[in-house]
Amino acid sequence: MKLWNRLMCYCRRRSPWLFHMNSGSCNGCDIELVASLTPRYDAEQLGVRLEGSPRHADILCITGPVTHNAVEAIKTVYGQVYGPKAVVAIGSCPATTNVFIDSRTLDGPLNRHIPVDVFVPGCPPRPDAIVLGIAKAAEILAVRGNKLPVESVMVPVVESASACECAAKAAASEVQL
Amino acid sequence: MNLTTALARLLIFPGLLFAVPAAWFFLWVERKAVALMQGRIGPPFMQPFYDFIKLLGKQMPPRSGVGGLLMRLWPLLAVSAAAGAVGLLPVLPASGGFQGDLILLLALLELPSMCIIAAGFSSRSIFGEIGSAREAVLSVSYNVVFLLAIISIAASQHTFRLEALAQLPVSPLQILGVIAILVCLPAKLHLNPFSLPNAEQEIYSGPMVEYAGPELAMWELSHGLEWVAATGLVATLIAPHLTLWWLAALVFVALSFAIVLLLSTVAAATARLQIDTTVRFYWQCTLIFAVLAVASALFMRYRA
Repeated sequence: MKLWNRLMCYCRRRSPWLFHMNSGSCNGCDIELVASLTPRYDAEQLGVRLEGSPRHADILCITGPVTHNAVEAIKTVYGQVYGPKAVVAIGSCPATTNVFIDSRTLDGPLNRHIPVDVFVPGCPPRPDAIVLGIAKAAEILAVRGNKLPVESVMVPVVESASACECAAKAAASEVQL
Repeated sequence: MNLTTALARLLIFPGLLFAVPAAWFFLWVERKAVALMQGRIGPPFMQPFYDFIKLLGKQMPPRSGVGGLLMRLWPLLAVSAAAGAVGLLPVLPASGGFQGDLILLLALLELPSMCIIAAGFSSRSIFGEIGSAREAVLSVSYNVVFLLAIISIAASQHTFRLEALAQLPVSPLQILGVIAILVCLPAKLHLNPFSLPNAEQEIYSGPMVEYAGPELAMWELSHGLEWVAATGLVATLIAPHLTLWWLAALVFVALSFAIVLLLSTVAAATARLQIDTTVRFYWQCTLIFAVLAVASALFMRYRA
């Protein structure tokens, strides 16, 4: 049983499937998320797969400052992802609502509605930072399993790095629960 | 074929013990080939295995009633049908077999796609239903060519035994048939340019949209086993007749690998076609192949 748990932890870390959701983003972060799957950054080396259905996903990637219209959709999609799951907030908008702060059309930031595991700040963040954030979320997911998140992690702004370096960084920094 | 050899074929070679790792290997080759064609490095070698174990450890969606029971059933049925199809392949020389095992193989090869259609409709998701409808239309189109090609090879030899077909010497008819089968395989395996039922950008994951966790793992496995069975069928048809069993097994694996590489490269190099273009392609262009194959098969029989 212990061996099975260790294998499961190992496999969860190496197979993060993403579901990407836009909660009123300007499309900047969405482009950067797709860029992290392109030949230059190639997140598939870490087993990342962008899935079409939230049912298949492990990690929910949310961009945008969370508009009033998006709140219900975010909660629905969060419920549709089966555990163990993690949430990565991509960009400064879901973290702080960014330049749209105090707008009457917003209901952000994101962690008022669902628990967020990793914040990747930036406007937009570099694809390296997004890959690092996903690797970090996969690490958290593997260690935490089905338990609920306690506190979120902030991914530092990284200089240009390859996907493998990002994974090594994520593995090196300790996960706190 | 007695019970022991049948069980050995189903469980060891070319059955489950060989087919499951081979399925994961072929799924990796598919992803790796696409990555290399796009100038990426691609997933690590063990990736399909990691995915499978991870999916097994995810929560099961709660399902109730007859619909829920059916949704649980379809992936299991697809996996067992595909595994049975692999077990029937006449890979080893003098491996036995029975009159009519070709028909059973064709039925088992068809069952996973039937399960996909049923799964999409029983999920009651709009995307699942569109995906299932597309799969049904596609299946009606390519199966005409696929079945005619295989039946023409069988008819020329006047047998439905797989082993007799595997030992055929190379003939123009066989080449024609194998080409027709190869044209159908991308549609059978949901690869580009015929990846309509699971078109991510249009209908999310099609029939699989409501599946999660261990059920999805079973679908992934059945897809891999379909790879092994479909490429294995072509490999047994074109493999030279060898008496050494280990050499036969090696040639089988090498030929399957080559076909997987070919199909993945074609998939990476093409874009998805529309459903009407696809159907027209199968009904108009490749039907010529099949009609030619059947005509020459009949000709060969009357001449003999």
